Amino acid sequence: MEILNALVVTANFVIVPALAYGAQLALGALGVTLVFGILRFSNFAHGDTMAFGAMATILATWGLQTLGVSLGPVPTAILALPAGIAAAALLLLATDRGVYRFYRRKRVAPIVLVIVSMGVMFVLNGLVRLIIGVDDIRFDDGARFLIRARDFRDATGLDEGLAIRTAQVVTIVVAGIAVALLFWFLNRTRTGKSMRAYSDNEDLALLSGIDPERVVRITWLIVAALATVAGVLYGLDKSFKPFTYFQLLLPIFAAAIVGGLGNPLGAVVGGFVIAFSEVAITYPWKKVVNYLLPGEAEVSGLLQLLSTDYKFAVSFVILIVILLFRPTGLFKGQSS
Amino acid sequence: MLDAAPAATDYALLGAGMTGGYGAADILHDCTIGTKPGEIAVIVGPNGAGKSTAMKAVFGMLPLRGGIVTLNGKDITALSPQARVAEGMAFVPQVNNVFRALSVEENLEMGAFLRRDDVRPTISQVYDLFPVLGDKRRQPAGELSGGQRQQVAVGRALMTQPSVLMLDEPTAGVSPIVMDELFDRIIEVARTGISVLMVEQNARQALEIADRGYVLVQGRNRHTDTGSALLADPDVRRSFLGG
Repeated sequence: MEILNALVVTANFVIVPALAYGAQLALGALGVTLVFGILRFSNFAHGDTMAFGAMATILATWGLQTLGVSLGPVPTAILALPAGIAAAALLLLATDRGVYRFYRRKRVAPIVLVIVSMGVMFVLNGLVRLIIGVDDIRFDDGARFLIRARDFRDATGLDEGLAIRTAQVVTIVVAGIAVALLFWFLNRTRTGKSMRAYSDNEDLALLSGIDPERVVRITWLIVAALATVAGVLYGLDKSFKPFTYFQLLLPIFAAAIVGGLGNPLGAVVGGFVIAFSEVAITYPWKKVVNYLLPGEAEVSGLLQLLSTDYKFAVSFVILIVILLFRPTGLFKGQSS
Repeated sequence: MLDAAPAATDYALLGAGMTGGYGAADILHDCTIGTKPGEIAVIVGPNGAGKSTAMKAVFGMLPLRGGIVTLNGKDITALSPQARVAEGMAFVPQVNNVFRALSVEENLEMGAFLRRDDVRPTISQVYDLFPVLGDKRRQPAGELSGGQRQQVAVGRALMTQPSVLMLDEPTAGVSPIVMDELFDRIIEVARTGISVLMVEQNARQALEIADRGYVLVQGRNRHTDTGSALLADPDVRRSFLGG
């Protein structure tokens, strides 16, 4: 019984939240890693792209709610996703046409594109706040819980409850579908293979007749979809606040680098590595340990390695360790 | 001696009187190289002779101040490399000539990217030519040995069903046994009617399989003859083949 209680507490406070958070980071890291692999720069505007896509989705959600459309227990935002993706796609294609293409044609060094993307980041940052404001916005309508803690206790007879929120399940299901679609596209379709070929060897791709501008356009479309889905899922799980998306850049880049920049599978694994590390290190393990200790033995401390205020330090430390000992990431990415 | 003034219509591919370079100084000086249908033509010469540069000039990767490049009698001097691929030329660069992260089969599919018809028959032809590639079709090309990787590179180039295949030092960095095998395969390719033009560091072995040989020195044609005639020429032997 004690062991079961310990397991339930761990699942409730660590495994389920980290799974949802990891799925969100994985989607974000996939966008970063695709831009790095194809356009060959680290896109600092990615966090704010997520914010923009989420904002557009929220506006569409409000529109649907006004019309009285709903999905029952599932958040209406899921229905509004295509509109948000379309808006983000238009934004990214316009940014590429107006900004990045100019520098691409001049064949500038990657670091110049990184700086350019920071400029784009500041503009997007302002744009999102101007349109939707700086406040916390909750838009997760529908059923809040799939399993309530009290129902779980009543059903199992355990002392501890396991609560699973709808947003968490939606996150994992939608992220799973998105990742499966992406891998199918990259590995099975002609266009997807040409993207991998271009990422692998640009000169040989040109010799094979692959059109780089088309590859770039399709990349931005996919990145828009991934960023919007990641942004909306994060907003559903926590809440939507433009500033938090800027802060998400650190764990997202950490996830992409841990997995190996340019490697999509690595981005997914990296997302979960970062999420589980962050949640496990900032969670106070007192309750779990007390269940596991025999008899009357008890610990009185919180057993929390790091206060949640410092959760970003976890990404930082993992990032530094990886860069020191395995710079190309767990899965071989592009090192430069 | 072969014909002194080459006629473009006899050649599958001909770069005639090419003069040019990357900057102000010319690397090629009135240089002529080419290959007739089904022939193997080999370009040899000392280091820095402009062999690879001559190949690049024929493929449209070098600005030319003089001369003309024709493919099956058609003037292609103004075309981009990509357009030349579409016209039936295939080029295997010396390095970075495979997609390392892609499987062998995906490499071949990407070689056929411009084709809209069914490419599977061509893929099985490549597997017939290089049986080891068929066995390793699911493996990433980057994991193969040097010789196998060169086979992938040649296979990728053949996927466009070219009339002319250009190879830049296909045997660079492979063992002598692998080199012999690669040369055998290149002969087989030429037997199917594809004209081959290649630059080779291993001059003696390459001239042995060459219908036509060009010896370049400092961007100029020094000797042009059949492969066997060049091998027999005492001047060529002494200067370029080590006696």
